[in-house]
Amino acid sequence: MKNKKLFAVLVLLIMFATFAGAQTIYIPLISKGFQHQFWQAVKMGAEQAGRDFKVTVTFEGPESEAMVDKQIDMLTAALAKKPQAIGLAALDSKAAIPLLKKAQAAGIPVIAFDSGVDSDIPVTTCTTDNIAAAALAADRMAALIGGKGDIAILVHDQTSRTGIDRRDGFVNRIKAKYPNIKIVSIQYGGGDHLKSTDLAKAVMQANPNLKGYFGANEGSAIGVLNAVREMKRKVVIIGYDAGKQQKDAVRSGEMAGAITQNPVGIGYRTVEAAVKALKGEKLPKIIDTGFLWYDLSNMDNPEFIPLLYD
Amino acid sequence: MSTIAEKPVAAASAQKFGSSATQKLLAFGSLVVMLIIFSLATPNFFRVDNMISIMLSTAVAGVLGIGVTFVIITGGIDLSIGTLMTFCAVITGVFITNWHFPVLIGVLAGLLTGSLIGCCSGVLVSKLKLPPFIVTLGMMLIVKGLSLVISGTKPIYFVDTESFNLIAMGTMLDLSAIIPDFAIPNAVLIFFGVAAIAGFILNKTVLGRYTFAMGSNEEAVRLSGVNVDAWKIGIYTLSGAIVGVAGILIASRLNSAQPALGQGYELDAIAAAVIGGVSLSGGEGTILGTVIGAFIMSVLINGLRILNVPQEWQTVVTGLIVIFAVYTDNLRRRKG
Repeated sequence: MKNKKLFAVLVLLIMFATFAGAQTIYIPLISKGFQHQFWQAVKMGAEQAGRDFKVTVTFEGPESEAMVDKQIDMLTAALAKKPQAIGLAALDSKAAIPLLKKAQAAGIPVIAFDSGVDSDIPVTTCTTDNIAAAALAADRMAALIGGKGDIAILVHDQTSRTGIDRRDGFVNRIKAKYPNIKIVSIQYGGGDHLKSTDLAKAVMQANPNLKGYFGANEGSAIGVLNAVREMKRKVVIIGYDAGKQQKDAVRSGEMAGAITQNPVGIGYRTVEAAVKALKGEKLPKIIDTGFLWYDLSNMDNPEFIPLLYD
Repeated sequence: MSTIAEKPVAAASAQKFGSSATQKLLAFGSLVVMLIIFSLATPNFFRVDNMISIMLSTAVAGVLGIGVTFVIITGGIDLSIGTLMTFCAVITGVFITNWHFPVLIGVLAGLLTGSLIGCCSGVLVSKLKLPPFIVTLGMMLIVKGLSLVISGTKPIYFVDTESFNLIAMGTMLDLSAIIPDFAIPNAVLIFFGVAAIAGFILNKTVLGRYTFAMGSNEEAVRLSGVNVDAWKIGIYTLSGAIVGVAGILIASRLNSAQPALGQGYELDAIAAAVIGGVSLSGGEGTILGTVIGAFIMSVLINGLRILNVPQEWQTVVTGLIVIFAVYTDNLRRRKG
């Protein structure tokens, strides 16, 4: 008797689960992290799209942008849940490829976001053109320091696509267009605010004539900002992304300006692309989500308000 | 204290004296050699502002190292200090920024949080007889998770309370009128202050003596009628409070509590202690040694950076130094 009841409940549960499963499309997004406000903004956009397209979106990522292994674990777990589609911002452009092949074999479309993957598997990549964005930062830097002098770059890491692209985009533009500007240091601070601060201080110590410093993500830019403050030097700082500290620094004139991406748009477009892929629509290889330069003169313009998250 | 209890204590301190002094001297010698080499290699190294930068970058890891030194001398280990530091910073942020308490209350809340978590670890280690490695590994994850939960994974900024930033970055010792750039940030003064107080506790108080005694032979101390559990809880609590200081320092310097930072800092702190001659098997070590150890690490990193040594190699060199330090320590021990 008791067993029968239990059996009935179980059957009901299974029916309910399959019913629910058939009803909602589940799309997990595996991001690079969540500690930076950037990722919170991406998440916000993804959740908005989830509501608009009536799909279930989950968003998770490792604590630090060095944890390639943790991200792979998260991706494995997400694939085990048999999602309809999956979004991935790869920490390493190659490490996830075996898993992505599995997803492809299972017929799960993969949407890359933020960072591309060195593979044809993703149906599309929703990203900022980081090379062009960093080149714009280089142009601004050159203009601000008068076209000559020593500058340095602080990047978050040397393995991710964004790290590589922003570094190369900046360096190549300087080399190609500004022969009188010398890049004296390229260092990597892991996006850790404190370590980036100490690192930038040592670089400025080694280069007393440094005229400009480019921080390639939020943690790096804040590190450079802290270092310049602590050493009371006059250095032109150009940042990347937003966040309260960077915005305040631009407002106070300590930071000359920064490149902002459109994180909310990245999240939104990723989910949108996944939904389109499920409907069988053809997608372009790259969906450019855009970037803009902001400084004191334009940061309060209405079009920047959704981009400059706190 | 009973006379029976004096015995192992006296033995332990006698043992500590001869050997630890050698290691300390060796460590100090390496530090001086490093300073000289870097000074000769580049004119940008040995300058007042760079020396102050080095001291400032040592402050957080140094204070953490001092905290963990107590636990290591008892023969234990504390892996939770990195994330606990962050947790204290987050609690301070919640008090000051979210709940608008005065800065002083926020700082006290941070220190209290550190003590409380330290106390918990102490209770688990002594009363439940769990290995310190496991307890603090668990605690590391617990407080890391709590930091993220409480802060909602967002940094907490101290922008409305400017005085908070002055705790680390203000200066009470400004001699720049006499020597240019010679203004020691408070973070460095607090670091030295913590070192002085910790040195006093370790060398001149009963708590300090029991710390060494427990690390040398815990069973003997217990058999002498000492309430080992209570003292051990006390040591973990003290260590937690010192970690709280580090939490205040990092939050103040970054003018924000960054909830995802912290992991990895415990290893830097433990490395500093080990380089400074604190024995991982317990019973040996000094605060001065740990302070020197922390300086060796930061001078090395700073010097290599100024010399533009590629970053990948900086990490390799740091690893080599840790192994070399423990090797010399072992060598000396075998001789002794």
